[in-house]
Amino acid sequence: MSSKVPIRLSVNGRVRELDVEPRLLLVHLLRDQLGLTGTHVGCDTSNCGACTVHLDGEAVKSCTVLAVQADGTKVTTIEGLAHGDELHPLQEAFWEDHALQCGYCTPGMIMAAADLLARNPDPSEEEIRHGLEGNLCRCTGYHNIVKAVQDAAEVMHGSAVADRQEVSV
Amino acid sequence: MITAEFDYVAPGSLDGALHALADGGEDAKALAGGHSLLPLMKLRFAAPALLVDLRNVPGLRSIEQENGGWRIGALTRHADLQAREDLGVVAQAAALIADQQVRNRGTIGGSLAHGDPASDLPAVLLALEGAVTVRGRAGTREIAASDLFEDYLTTAIAAGEILTDVRIPALAGWGHAYEKFTRRAEDWAMVGVCALVRRADDGTCADVRVAFTNMGSTPLRATATEQALRGGPLDAESIGRAAEQAAEGTEPPADLNATADYKRHLARVLTRRALQQAAGT
Ligand SMILES: Cc1cc2nc3c(=O)[nH]c(=O)nc-3n(C[C@H](O)[C@H](O)[C@H](O)COP(=O)(O)OP(=O)(O)OC[C@H]3O[C@@H](n4cnc5c(N)ncnc54)[C@H](O)[C@@H]3O)c2cc1C
Ligand code: FES
Ligand code: FES
Repeated sequence: MSSKVPIRLSVNGRVRELDVEPRLLLVHLLRDQLGLTGTHVGCDTSNCGACTVHLDGEAVKSCTVLAVQADGTKVTTIEGLAHGDELHPLQEAFWEDHALQCGYCTPGMIMAAADLLARNPDPSEEEIRHGLEGNLCRCTGYHNIVKAVQDAAEVMHGSAVADRQEVSV
Repeated sequence: MITAEFDYVAPGSLDGALHALADGGEDAKALAGGHSLLPLMKLRFAAPALLVDLRNVPGLRSIEQENGGWRIGALTRHADLQAREDLGVVAQAAALIADQQVRNRGTIGGSLAHGDPASDLPAVLLALEGAVTVRGRAGTREIAASDLFEDYLTTAIAAGEILTDVRIPALAGWGHAYEKFTRRAEDWAMVGVCALVRRADDGTCADVRVAFTNMGSTPLRATATEQALRGGPLDAESIGRAAEQAAEGTEPPADLNATADYKRHLARVLTRRALQQAAGT
């Protein structure tokens, strides 16, 4: 067996030190070893975006990142997005706008939307659709998802939370 | 899906990485963003015994002006490129690669070293007549874009060599466009076209370059179209006529999404659109 590699990373603000197999994917580290099952796996082809988390504040598909590549980084998952009991404006808006049915795509969708709003705090509908093209929803349809992102953008605009530092730990 | 087992190192210097690649021999591979290599490994189409991660090698993620052009470090990500409008067509094409998550990981060096004719940046480098610098244990050499892409997933970069920088001319005064046709959002190009046009003072075409994504086993130049336009008028009619010759001499592989004929049709249409945009007509 290939030898394990020591890594040190921050996950949702908590420092973790582990020895991992090189082939362990970040998504499996999060789900199976750290119990953060909010991050989902929806495909084998890096297409669906259900596994989206933030690596140093930017959205990545954690099924296509090795855990060893995340050494020294700050990882934020959907579990780390809220401030205590206070939901993130995107979480609030997805709830209010019925932007989910089964919820499978939702954590990835929200993490991708947070990256989008950090790059572009006031996106047009077109820009939201384009910005979320790495995330597939198989049941809600995109209409309410787009609406939720627009509403969250408005709220975040108001309180100027659109700073990527805010969402990344 | 899980990859086969492999060993992993992340050396802190370029020499360390070259050393590790040499030690690993044929079964060792460099790892940049991993967004071409890891999907292949997950499907077990590739099973390197050793991955040499370049992430700790200093100085490979940069965009600098040099001799009237640009020097871009190999680990510069598509997301870094898309944010730099001053890079012109490179930024335009980078913004059209896959989706934001992929662009946050994938690198220009990986895109060029992988040699996939469906990737967008190889055709752009070819049209720009850029070059790459590669370092091996024997030394440093420069490879022109026209010599880099040899065949499907095959480049002139030798095993054990590392691509360190990409050089592109700034092409001040040229108009540019990258047109990409996909069936679904986030897809690879069915066909992509990079067009660069320089107008002479009298409005005619002083120079022109057109290159294709996914029209063969490597990125290709549309030489017949270029010859038809160079030195002549740059109006909608002459562009339309030149674009009709765009697919000449190409043998695009048919795939799930398109027959060879349909790709040739797309090449003509997209060439016209890209030229019109680049020429500002
Ligand atoms: C869902 C999805 C959709 C995509 N769609 C597109 C698309 O539309 N257009 C597009 O252009 N690309 C697309 N890609 C590919 C993406 O752009 C890749 O990131 C890129 O092609 C490879 O860059 P990388 O840094 O990820 O390379 P890696 O995967 O790390 O490496 C690729 C290959 O290059 C070698 N290599 C990497 N860096 C170097 C170096 N510096 N020196 C020597 N060898 C090196 C590796 O050994 C490996 O063989 C897509 C990828 C995914 C997952
Ligand atoms: S699980 Fe589908 S993109 Fe990661
Ligand atoms: S809510 Fe079911 S897949 Fe999106």
